[in-house]
This record gives sequence, structure tokens and C-alpha cells, in this order.
Amino acid sequence: MISTIRWKDLGTPARVSERTVDLEVDGIAVTVPEGTSVLRAAAEAGISIPKLCATDSLEPFGSCRLCLVEIEGRKGYPASCTTPVAAGMVVHTQTTALAKLRRGVMELYISDHPLDCLTCAANGNCELQDMAGAVGLREVRYGYDGENHLNQAKDTSNPYFTFDPSKCIVCSRCVRACEETQGTFALTIDGRGFASMVSPGQKEDFMDSECVSCGACVQACPTATLMEKSVIDQGQPEHSVITTCAYCGVGCSFRAEMKGNDVVRMIPHKDGKANRGHSCVKGRFAFGYATHPDRITTPMIRAKITDPWKAVSWEEAIGHAASEFKRIQAQHGRGAVGGITSSRCTNEETYLVQKLVRAAFGNNNVDTCARVCHSPTGYGLKTTLGESAGTQAFDSVMKADVIVIIGANPTDGHPVFASRLKRRIREGAKLIVADPRTIDLVDGPHVQASYHLKLRPGTNVALVNSLAHVIITEGLEAADFVAERCEAKDYAKWRDFISQERNSPEALEPETGVPADLVRGAARLFATGGNGAIYYGLGVTEHSQGSTMVMGIANLAMATGNIGREGVGVNPLRGQNNVQGACDMGSFPHELPGYRHVSDGVTRALFEGAWGVKLEPEPGLRIPNMLDAALDGSFRGIYIEGEDIAQSDPDTQHVTAALEAMECVVVQDLFLNETAKFAHVFLPGSSFLEKNGTFTNAERRISPVRKVTPPLAGKEDWEVTVMLAEALGYPMPYKHPSEIMDEIARLTPTFHGVSYEKLDALGSIQWPCNDEAPEGTPTMHIDAFVRGLGKFVITEYVPTEERTSRKFPLILTTGRILSQYNVGAQTRRTANSMWHDEDRLEIHPSDAETRGIREGDWVGIRSRAGETVLRAKVTERMQPGVVYTTFHFPESGANVITTDNSDWATNCPEYKVTAVQVEPVTQPSEWQRRFREFSETQADLLAKRDSVGV
Amino acid sequence: MEIERLVHMANDIARFFQAEPDHAEAVSGIATHITRFWDPRMRREIIAHVETGTGEGLTDLALEAVRRLEVPSAQI
Repeated sequence: MISTIRWKDLGTPARVSERTVDLEVDGIAVTVPEGTSVLRAAAEAGISIPKLCATDSLEPFGSCRLCLVEIEGRKGYPASCTTPVAAGMVVHTQTTALAKLRRGVMELYISDHPLDCLTCAANGNCELQDMAGAVGLREVRYGYDGENHLNQAKDTSNPYFTFDPSKCIVCSRCVRACEETQGTFALTIDGRGFASMVSPGQKEDFMDSECVSCGACVQACPTATLMEKSVIDQGQPEHSVITTCAYCGVGCSFRAEMKGNDVVRMIPHKDGKANRGHSCVKGRFAFGYATHPDRITTPMIRAKITDPWKAVSWEEAIGHAASEFKRIQAQHGRGAVGGITSSRCTNEETYLVQKLVRAAFGNNNVDTCARVCHSPTGYGLKTTLGESAGTQAFDSVMKADVIVIIGANPTDGHPVFASRLKRRIREGAKLIVADPRTIDLVDGPHVQASYHLKLRPGTNVALVNSLAHVIITEGLEAADFVAERCEAKDYAKWRDFISQERNSPEALEPETGVPADLVRGAARLFATGGNGAIYYGLGVTEHSQGSTMVMGIANLAMATGNIGREGVGVNPLRGQNNVQGACDMGSFPHELPGYRHVSDGVTRALFEGAWGVKLEPEPGLRIPNMLDAALDGSFRGIYIEGEDIAQSDPDTQHVTAALEAMECVVVQDLFLNETAKFAHVFLPGSSFLEKNGTFTNAERRISPVRKVTPPLAGKEDWEVTVMLAEALGYPMPYKHPSEIMDEIARLTPTFHGVSYEKLDALGSIQWPCNDEAPEGTPTMHIDAFVRGLGKFVITEYVPTEERTSRKFPLILTTGRILSQYNVGAQTRRTANSMWHDEDRLEIHPSDAETRGIREGDWVGIRSRAGETVLRAKVTERMQPGVVYTTFHFPESGANVITTDNSDWATNCPEYKVTAVQVEPVTQPSEWQRRFREFSETQADLLAKRDSVGV
Repeated sequence: MEIERLVHMANDIARFFQAEPDHAEAVSGIATHITRFWDPRMRREIIAHVETGTGEGLTDLALEAVRRLEVPSAQI
């Protein structure tokens, strides 16, 4: 939807109240909720009161003295932003006295502000300039000879925005945005009176301060003081398109502000229901990868991975891929090929890939990268609650009283949600963190966890069992809820199991390493502290007992009655933007769209009728099974859209050996990623800015992705899949992704009410959306669970087989960092690398000292699977015996070390537990040396592609 | 596929169901899980491992469950 750039600012935030207040503003009757400011009441009536320090994303501050009004019966000229409405109030916003006052205030502001409006980056979008016009400022009587701030040095340290204090009017909007919106408290007003200055940290540059570059301050600034460098370079945008971020599972809504086909900046959409107008450094600033020179925009083919690439037409590349898949199937059977889709793809793209595999390949060998992240969530929540999805909306956290974070690091992984969570904690909610590391939420500015359960990696189930044991044995369960809502027989079995002494915190303390009294205190707080909400991440799922732990969490929520209303629930924080959607769309090998098993004849008949083919009733291969089958010769061809298994999946050497064993690897991506180096066909992908579709975030919210610029390679990704299907002989006559969504809606009960038309009208929709819930479902399981009665499942703690030993005495666990995203293919190609330009190994000082390791030293990390070399970061954030790294850079080889251990139910890899040894080294590992050589060879083969010609 | 891998996977599943107090339910749970989530070629191989040998490497519970599996009819 193309929109104008300017959005109406109502001055102060909306208030929610059942009571309304009637008043009169400039003779117009206005009715607003109690607690609304006079400024907002006037704005809602269409009356603009001049303002500078007020904006509707921040609480009123009352400093600029521009929004003064007269109120009958009251003395003086109160600031309308800080004055709440009252019944019968009569307000005048334009009088001679007010005009004189405002002009005087503006005159003072302008007397210490550069008059470079014509060359200023904010020209055309400057609130100070607008207000000078609004109050009719015609002269500044004070001159510029006196002391002023006009020659202040500019801070350009941040790669995305500048800070020019000479243009600052000290309205504090940036400081308040950093506090209220982001919750980082990196900015302050330093000094007093005339010396007052906005200061990052302790008078530091932005890059040296605690600033996380979320950009909330830039957005809040009414002048050019804080300004995007892209606007300085390109000028003000002229139109905008509302779309959805392609980074994490929060799924922030953005206005892509454009100049022709060029994105000038991304502004978080004020009406976005997932992000409520906020963003992080990735979503707001890290979109430059979309136009990076590394983008490959021409299809390419080659017979062997040692051959140079040959640039060819779309038709030739697709024709070659199709003929290879057909040849392989003719020679080795229908099941010898398959496909992998990605959570970075849209719902429509994912739906088409699984449809291609099932209908055109004729098997169910389709999987998605949720296999390696949240597949245990799907299994665990489906088993216990009846639906493979989180239970709440993000807004729900604002009604939580006790928040439990398990195995997630929201300030890095889901930063926009983390900001809301921190706001709720500042309002008084209690926080329990269960994590082997001291994540930022444990002890941050104005946020402290009541309990940090610093468990040993791999002991989640022991911990959740001991929490439940306390609740049951101390009689803290919600007996009425359980009796009414859950299956009695299963509950009785579970209750008997969990009550056993071997599940007590005392008995399990030797396993978890968490003092029993802390576990008891946390359990009591969760059970008795009001609304209890559980949020979890990959620290729960990526274990050999990932699915068991998800079910343990569901048990805990059901036992305490914390499900089925706002403020509570089980909330998986999805890693990538469309993990939920990719799973919804039937990209697992055992499920058709809507989580219906392929063996279900009724569902299969529905799809067979719509797709016009006979469907296979047996489950297909999962990603790790495909790799194993490739090595034994029964799986030889694969179509991979948007996924980079050679970097992201565990035991890299196993993955690359399997890829090398295949006869036809087709990769569709933006870049020649690590997997594409093993490909025979490369199909250029389109970025999220270049296509239409939808993403579904962690709260089941389906949000529109809209094409803001034409695809660089000429085709949107869904069009490429259509071409491939048709070359395989299976027609897919879609003209627009909206038709794909219409088909999804026809065939999937939870999507029956979804359409592009409705998405445009509502902005976004949380499924289920159907006749019973035509506008979607923010909270699930309100009166009954989707499966009817909730099912308690026995969750015996089974220690992982990945044990420490004298040879491998440390446990490695992996994760992500704020500035980088997943395999880094996108963020590494932006200035975000200024914050994190290499993966490092975090190690506790005592473990470092005993090994003679100092900060920055090169260290070898060796596991049973392989060895790599990183630089050390010595930090007390780690507990002794545990080391940590990220996997954003391919040369790091983090997954060379991780093993092929996996979750018993889903084969989700056990990324979070790898026994390793760490030692100082002086040279890269053997794998890194081979990786470098192979990458250089592949770069040469890519460089030679044009010499072969189209 | 490597039979050791399939044996390992079956044993992992069995370890979860080991906690089920009703033995018949545990065996049925393992067999159902394998049937619902394993590709036919994997099931054929684990069945063959038991039928042509002793099911080496499988725990007692996993072995009992694998013996319950039906040979997939699908030619895929």
C-alpha cells in the first residue's frame, strides 16, 4: 500500500479507560478516554497545537513551553501535553496571548540554532521549521554574537546516523526514547541550564557508549540533530510502502520510505501491532545487503562443482534443473530427490516449495530450517495443547506479573520484544531467568531478575521438573483449572511422576548446578505471583531433550493455570522472521499445511482434489535424513530455497560431504552462500524488498510483505518455483501471490478467513482466522485447548550422551548477537559488522587462566566432531566449565565442532551442548585452511562465469 | 543409511517412552512415533536389521517396538 511520508502525530500516547471525558476545544465538543492529555484531545478533534518536546510515542514531558493553552477558570497557560482533560473543560488553543508566548519561545530556540535550513538534511521534514512557521516567527532579535552552541563538533561515529549537537534544542525526546521505547538508558542530558547537552554514556561517542543503535532517538528527534546518513546522502523520501521486516521472529512492521525505487530509510510503523512503532539496529538500518555487489542476478549452471559457472537464461537454468531431477528420479526412484525451504521465505514461497515436492516430485521429502530450531516447539505444543504455536500476542506481556525467560536472550535475539518486556519489568513485573549465561536481562539498567537459575547446559528438563515438583508438592497448583481443562488420567500419572523425590530441586541440584533454594523460590514466585508468562528460545529446543522440555514448559503452564488469557501463556520466541509461517505452510515432511499428517486420508483427499495429483501417504525425509541418504546413495538431488545448510546445520563436514555426494544441487538465494558453493544450478533470489507475500511471526501474526522495488534478477522467488514446477510438468498457474494465499485459505481451516484484502484492511491477522474468529485470534486456548483437554506428559530427565571427559572437559553452547543475524549472509554485508566483525569464543576467566589464555588470543576448540580456531573473549558472563560462541561468520566454523546429536522426537540438532577442549594455538585449524582454499577456488569459478558466456 | 544411526535414533525415542508406566503404551508410543515420522526406507532398514539379525544395538524397549512395525508398502 503506497502512502505519503507524513504521519499524524497526536502529541501524547493514547490512554485506555472505560470512562470517557467530555470537553470543549476551540468551540468543538470532544470526547476522549479519561487520562488523555489536552494536546491529544485537541489533535483527535483535528486541532493542531504547536509542540516540540511532545510526540505520541513518548510520555509527556512539558519542557518546550510551546503547547501552552488557556483553560477557562484556570490561571496561567498550562502545557497541554502534561494537562489531562477534565469534564466540562473549555480550552482555547489560539489567543493573542498564546501567540505572543509561543513566538517568544520559538525566538529563543532559533536564536541558538543554525539558519542553514536550505541545506539542512531535515529540510522538508523538520518540526522546528514547521513550528517556526506555525507560530509566525518573523525575526530573531537576539543576534548570534553571544554564547551559543553553533560550533559544536558533529559525532559521526555511528555508521547509520549522525549526531549534530549544534542543531539540538534539548527537548529530551531522544533521551526519553532511549529510556521509554528502547529501555537502554544510553543517553542523558549532561550539564545544567545553558550547558545542557545530550550525551551518549559518559560524554562518549555514540559508538563507544551503551547505545544499541535501535534508532528510536533518531526517529524521535524533531530536528536534524540525529539524522540518518542515508537521508543526508539521498535527501528526503517522497513516498512510503508498509511492509514487514525480514529479520527475527518479532516481525516488525515498517514503512519503507522511498525515493523512486530506492529505499532511503526504514521507519517502524506506528500502527504495527507486533512492534508498536519500535525497531532494532537490524530492521531499521541493515537493509543495504539488498543492493550489495555480491548479489547474483543471473542464473548459472555447471556440470561439476569443480567447473566454472556458466551464466545462462532463466529458461535454460530451470530446464537444466528440471531435466536433472527427472533423470535422477528415473534412475534412482521417486524418493531420490527433495527440497528444503527456509524461514527467510514468505508463506507463499514456502507453500509452493512443499507443493512442488509433493505434487511435482511425487514424494514428501520436504523440510525447512525450523528442523534445526523450533521443530520441538511444533511437536511439544501440538502434543500437550493441540496446536503447534505460541499462545499469546506480544501485547500480552504488558499484563504479565511474573515473566520466565528460559533459554532465550531477547535483548540480542528479539530486541523489539525485549524492549516491551523491559518496560513491563520497570512497571513492577518480576523476572526469572533460566540460562547458563548471565544474559543482559539478568542485571541491566532498571531491570534485574529476581532469580537467575544459572543451570548447566543440557539440564533444562531436570530444572523444569524440579520447578514443577515444588509447585505440586507444596500444593501451589491451580487444581480447579487442571480439573476443568486437562485430561484427568494423564494428569494423575504426571502428578505421581513429578512428586517423586528424585524430581526435587535438592535431588537434581547436582545435575543442574542450581541451588535448590533458588529453584524453590522461583517456583513459588511463578505459581503465586499473579499472571505467569513463559518465554523461551532455542536454548530450550536445540537439545537432545528439546521436545521433552517444550512439553515440560506446557506442563508447568497448565499446572499453574497460566494459559488461556492475556498476561500468561507459553511463548516460543522464533529465531527467524517466518519460522511460524514455514511450519504452518506444511514444509515438514510428515505434515500438509495446517499441521495435518500426510497419513490422514481426508486431508490428503482435500489436497489431491485441489492439486489434481495423487499424494504420498508416507512421511518423507527430514534434512538430516536427506544428508544421510545422500551419503548412502539413495538421495541424489535437492532444491534449496533461501537456506544455507553448509553453514547453519550441525557437523559441517558431514553436511558438505553429503552435498558433494549429490548429483544435482539447486540453490535459490541472494548470494553464492556456503551451500551454493556445492551447487550445480544457481537461481537468483529476490530480497524482501523485491517481492509480495506474507510473513507469520512468533505470535501467529500474518503480516504483509510488499514489493517496494523491482526484483534485481527480474523475478520474485515464487515465480521461480512456479517455473521449476512447470518445467517438471506440473502446472502452477498463479498470477500473483494473493492467489497462492487464497488457495492456502481454502485448504487450511486456521487460515480460512485470510486474504490479502483483509490483510490490507486490518494491517495484520493472527491465525486462527476463520468464521469463528473473522479478525483473528490474539490469545489461544481461552475456553478449551485446541485438542480439547490439555495433556500432561511425563518428562523424564535423560542426560545427553554428549558428556564431558578428560579429553573434552568444557561444554560449548552457541547463540547469536544483536547486530548479526543467523548465518550473517545479510548482516555481514552491512555496516552492522562494525559491532561484530568476527565470532569469538567466550570463556570464563578461571578456565582461561588455567589454559594460559588471555583476551584476544587465538584458541583452538576441539570436539568429537571437528576443530576450529577463534579468538578468545574472557568474560564472567560465562560460568566455569562452559564456553560460548556465535555462528555468524562461515570461516569461524562453529558448526564444524557441533555434533550430530539431536532431539529424540524431531532430530533438531543439539547445538547447545558440545563437549570441547580449548587450547591456545598459533594457526588456523585444518578445516579452516581447507575452507579458505575451497572458498577461493569457488570465488575463481564464479569470477570466470562471464568468460564462458550466456 | 547407516544402521548405527537408525539404531541410535530408535533408542533415543525409546528412552523418552521408557518413563511411561504402562509398558504396552510405551511400546505402542515408540512404534507410532517411528511410523509417523520416519521415511519408509528408514523403516524398512530398521525392520530388516531386526528381521535379518538380532537387532544389535537396540535397547529391549526399542527392539520390542521395532518388531511391531509394519513393512511400508510404499515404493519410495
